[in-house]
Amino acid sequence: MAQIYAYIVHKGGVADDTAIELITAAKKIDPDASVSAIVTGSGADLEAVCKDVASTYNEVIKIDNAAITYPNAEIIRGILVNILPGDAVLLLPHDTFGMDLGPGLSIKLESAFVADVVDFEGLDGSNLKIVRQEFSGQVSTHMLCDIGSGAVVNIRPGAFTPDESKSASGEIVDKSSEAGDLAARRTFLETVVAEVGDVDITKSEVLVSIGRGIEDEDNIEIANDLAEALGADVSCSRPIVDSKWLEKSRQVGTSGQTVKPKVYLACGISGSFQHLGGIKGSPFMVAVNKNIKAPIFQVADVGIVEDILEFLPELTEKINDM
Amino acid sequence: MEILVCVKRVPDTAENEIEVNSDGTDIDRDDLVYSVNEWDNYAVEEAIQIRDNVGGNVTVVSVGDEESEEVIRREMAMGADQGVLLSDDAFNDSDGKGIASILKAEIEKGKYDLIMTGAQADDGAGQVGGMLAAMLDLPYASLVNTIDITDDKKIKVGREVEGGNIEMNEIELPCVLSIQTGINEPRYVGIRGIRKVASVEIPVHGTSDLGLASDAVGEAGANVKKVDYFVPDTGEGAEILEGSTEEIIDKLVEYLKAKGGVK
Repeated sequence: MAQIYAYIVHKGGVADDTAIELITAAKKIDPDASVSAIVTGSGADLEAVCKDVASTYNEVIKIDNAAITYPNAEIIRGILVNILPGDAVLLLPHDTFGMDLGPGLSIKLESAFVADVVDFEGLDGSNLKIVRQEFSGQVSTHMLCDIGSGAVVNIRPGAFTPDESKSASGEIVDKSSEAGDLAARRTFLETVVAEVGDVDITKSEVLVSIGRGIEDEDNIEIANDLAEALGADVSCSRPIVDSKWLEKSRQVGTSGQTVKPKVYLACGISGSFQHLGGIKGSPFMVAVNKNIKAPIFQVADVGIVEDILEFLPELTEKINDM
Repeated sequence: MEILVCVKRVPDTAENEIEVNSDGTDIDRDDLVYSVNEWDNYAVEEAIQIRDNVGGNVTVVSVGDEESEEVIRREMAMGADQGVLLSDDAFNDSDGKGIASILKAEIEKGKYDLIMTGAQADDGAGQVGGMLAAMLDLPYASLVNTIDITDDKKIKVGREVEGGNIEMNEIELPCVLSIQTGINEPRYVGIRGIRKVASVEIPVHGTSDLGLASDAVGEAGANVKKVDYFVPDTGEGAEILEGSTEEIIDKLVEYLKAKGGVK
């Protein structure tokens, strides 16, 4: 088995949650594998992350350079090509950074690439059996990936149990001098922080959240009426914002807001992992969807197989009558 | 500006329930409604808007079977100037790298300033744009939700990152961008628009036209292969409330009261 590497995403001197999920994923590929963390960045933030990660990984490879204080995927790709052996298996989180880096890196490393992996089912020779999902989680697939000449594998955040044992006392190895050329044709300028809208859904206790099932902008009134009856706020999934029917600040998901209500009513929402990734704190979840196969029913506490356009007004009427 | 947009014909998830077929070799494709991949449609709209602002040409290209011609035609009805279909039996069962190799061969026949893909398609991998950029040795940005054409040497792009924040970057031309939904409002394509392009010829290029070795693409060239489709055993899942709508509402209201969902 080749060496497995885990790329650690971090921000503000703190390692991302995926840092302790990737090691679980690596051990699922091969329980006996030697797993090294790679941490890139600069200064005190980088030192803090390396120290933290060394409690999980036996080896932490540190790349310190001011040019990668902000993680520019193009520069980091060049560094990884320089420091990784040809047959390396590299795990990346399938987040906005891993999606930016992984596919192109696999080409430069002449390695296989698999995106958004949710599970592994064993290694047979150099063939790794992988579980993925397609069609926003409506169906799953097994894939066979030949990792014989290396692989870049993007792991879905939250799919593997975090290893919180802190059982390692890893060695930090500084490979900054091996980074190589740090020129790039893409330059980071700034991060424009999302605007706060009229309602802060991150503070809402009850959310009536709508998705594609609402079908038309005019039907949003149905959700507003129910929210008013319940004393709740209205949130939504990505397609509603893409259609410009609600503001971005109302969007729940990894590319929107992270909410932690007591009760979450998912109305006409299929339940993609990006959407579910924005719901924390295990709320009581009710799913209303006319498609019994919608993935949302796998994670909800209570499911109702109905058309929201008919069901929600009746529910609103009942609550108003109480 | 010469712009090329890569599009894919996919089952429309808004119109279909996707199910595994009886032997698990594929999804059940009987009676599926297909359309252009949603992300790609945003990319084409963006390309058309850029062309209308700064001049140039928009080419739409798709790897697929002969049925993919209909999505190319649809995007031409939207306003793309020309389309090319990349089709060959040898392309079947290509992995992401295989698809990117096919696209690369077509792109190298022309000269483009801007190459766009959707951020992802039906398999949710989001891999072709990044692979294509690396193969062409061009700079790349993924998940792009704003584009500002600065001049003919460089552009400013915003990437949608966690929390709805936008990461602004300057990127040199030519480059490859993968486009996120919501970047614009794709225009409606009416039946009249489709009719106007119904007889436009769409060239079809295969392995020999593209100078591709047949073992570099398709199943032969793939180091990632699909074994089967299945429905995962997800444990218990939700308690499905049953009965008349009135009974369901009564049960739901009890739950909501108990869990603090009614104020």
